[in-house]
Amino acid sequence: MPATKLSKAAQDHASRVFDLDVSSLRELNQALHNLAPGSNETAWEVLHPKGSHSVAVGVDQPVSIDVRGSVGYYCGGMNSGSTITVHGSAGPGVGENMMSGSITIKGDASQYAGATGKGGLLVIEGNASSRCGISMKGIDIVVHGNIGHMSAFMAQSGNLVVLGDAGDALGDSIYEARLFVRGKVDSLGADCIAKEMRPEHLELLQGLLDRAGVTGVKPSEFKRYGSARTLYNFNIDNADAY
Amino acid sequence: MCGIVGLFLKDKSLEPKLGAMLSEMLVSLSDRGPDSAGIAIYGAPSKNEAKITIQSAKPARDFPGLEAELAKAIGTPVTITVKSTHAVVRTMPAKIDEAREAIQTLRPDIRIMGAGDVVEIYKEVGLPEAVVDRFDVRKMTGTHGIGHTRMATESAVTTMGAHPFSTGADQCLVHNGSLSNHNNVRRELIREGMKFETENDTEVAAAYLSSQMAHGKNLGEALEGTLSDLDGFFTFVVGTKNGFGVVRDPIACKPAVMAETDQYVAFGSEYRALTKLPGIDNARVWEPEPATVYFWEH
Repeated sequence: MPATKLSKAAQDHASRVFDLDVSSLRELNQALHNLAPGSNETAWEVLHPKGSHSVAVGVDQPVSIDVRGSVGYYCGGMNSGSTITVHGSAGPGVGENMMSGSITIKGDASQYAGATGKGGLLVIEGNASSRCGISMKGIDIVVHGNIGHMSAFMAQSGNLVVLGDAGDALGDSIYEARLFVRGKVDSLGADCIAKEMRPEHLELLQGLLDRAGVTGVKPSEFKRYGSARTLYNFNIDNADAY
Repeated sequence: MCGIVGLFLKDKSLEPKLGAMLSEMLVSLSDRGPDSAGIAIYGAPSKNEAKITIQSAKPARDFPGLEAELAKAIGTPVTITVKSTHAVVRTMPAKIDEAREAIQTLRPDIRIMGAGDVVEIYKEVGLPEAVVDRFDVRKMTGTHGIGHTRMATESAVTTMGAHPFSTGADQCLVHNGSLSNHNNVRRELIREGMKFETENDTEVAAAYLSSQMAHGKNLGEALEGTLSDLDGFFTFVVGTKNGFGVVRDPIACKPAVMAETDQYVAFGSEYRALTKLPGIDNARVWEPEPATVYFWEH
């Protein structure tokens, strides 16, 4: 959709529209931070983001924010409870350290999408680049396309679902996050192994696909990967490696 | 950080706007590096003349009278166009090496920014806006160009430490990242006879590519070699007389985004740099893969 066309939500007076060609990013983020609990201003629309950094970072109220265009670094970082939709692509670090709520990227996402996220749902409808879900700590990430190398590096908890392929060194030094990949995996990182898909995993995955609005894809089409747990404790036989 | 940009035109009707488009792209990345900025523009080729871009810290002292003295020294007509601290020397292509040596003899303090049939290079300490204004880059015409705004990490903030680096005729390179084996590679290239102006790591990458191409490799093959021979972090954007290339190291932590339409191929460290290009909303926009060489030639 061209960025200049207002959605139905924007034409409705209940929604606040910020045109970043006119207003500054600071004004937008300050207005979002000023929202009091229970505010009636629940629908926001951001026009002409043009790759701006830190769009809608640190929002802590359950509002919905539609961003019409592509964003730069750290969009929706630290999100706590809001529903953000980017109608374009996202730069590095989208949803970094998200606590709760959800972020949907209609296009692609650059490096380290969802890094260190503690909760909430990040959906990337295109591809995600390298280091997707690095050090994730409870966030759920669903990628419709492929993910790049070193994804889920040191991932601690949460779920990463990939409908396409994964690049090299998936899940290197992983802790207890669960990785579900439908396509091929170029290589697994240290201590990451393929694991059996038990009924509880199929059920969990179906729930994640439902939440992400994915249809026509069965949980049984995925493989599960996780930690072999051999790096958890120091092994004296490896002393020479240090 | 650092910000890098590149623009390779396919549509000739955009050529008069190359300087303006590339300037806009570079200025949009100013906050990625405030230390110095530079731009290389590849203009229209001419059978009768080649160019040397020179720079002086004291242009009022070094440039006046140089045209006549240089013409006399090499026995061929020369024209010199002064732009602030830089000047473009034009003469017969066959006389370029001779002119280069004569300039260094006549004005030892003058620095050579680059030379070739078509390239002009402008770089100075300061923000991109100030640099493109100072050299009137927005009015420049050309087929392709590259630019850089620097946040210095490993060598001094000086004009000579600014990018692009040019180490061969019509070849230049901009770099985001840092190399860890540049001292070793520099020593090897010096043994081969390459000359270096600075202690900068990026100059080594430029010289490495020049050396590879001097040994008969094309731009794509030379870029392929960086993946095994250079160690460190890099996204390189490279220009040659008729080509434009991009490569990222296998870890690829330095950002890069590209856009292609029927009219152009564009590179930016981030998407902000591309937002004002014509037809960007319908362009194919993608992130170049790690350890993968991309290049285009006219």
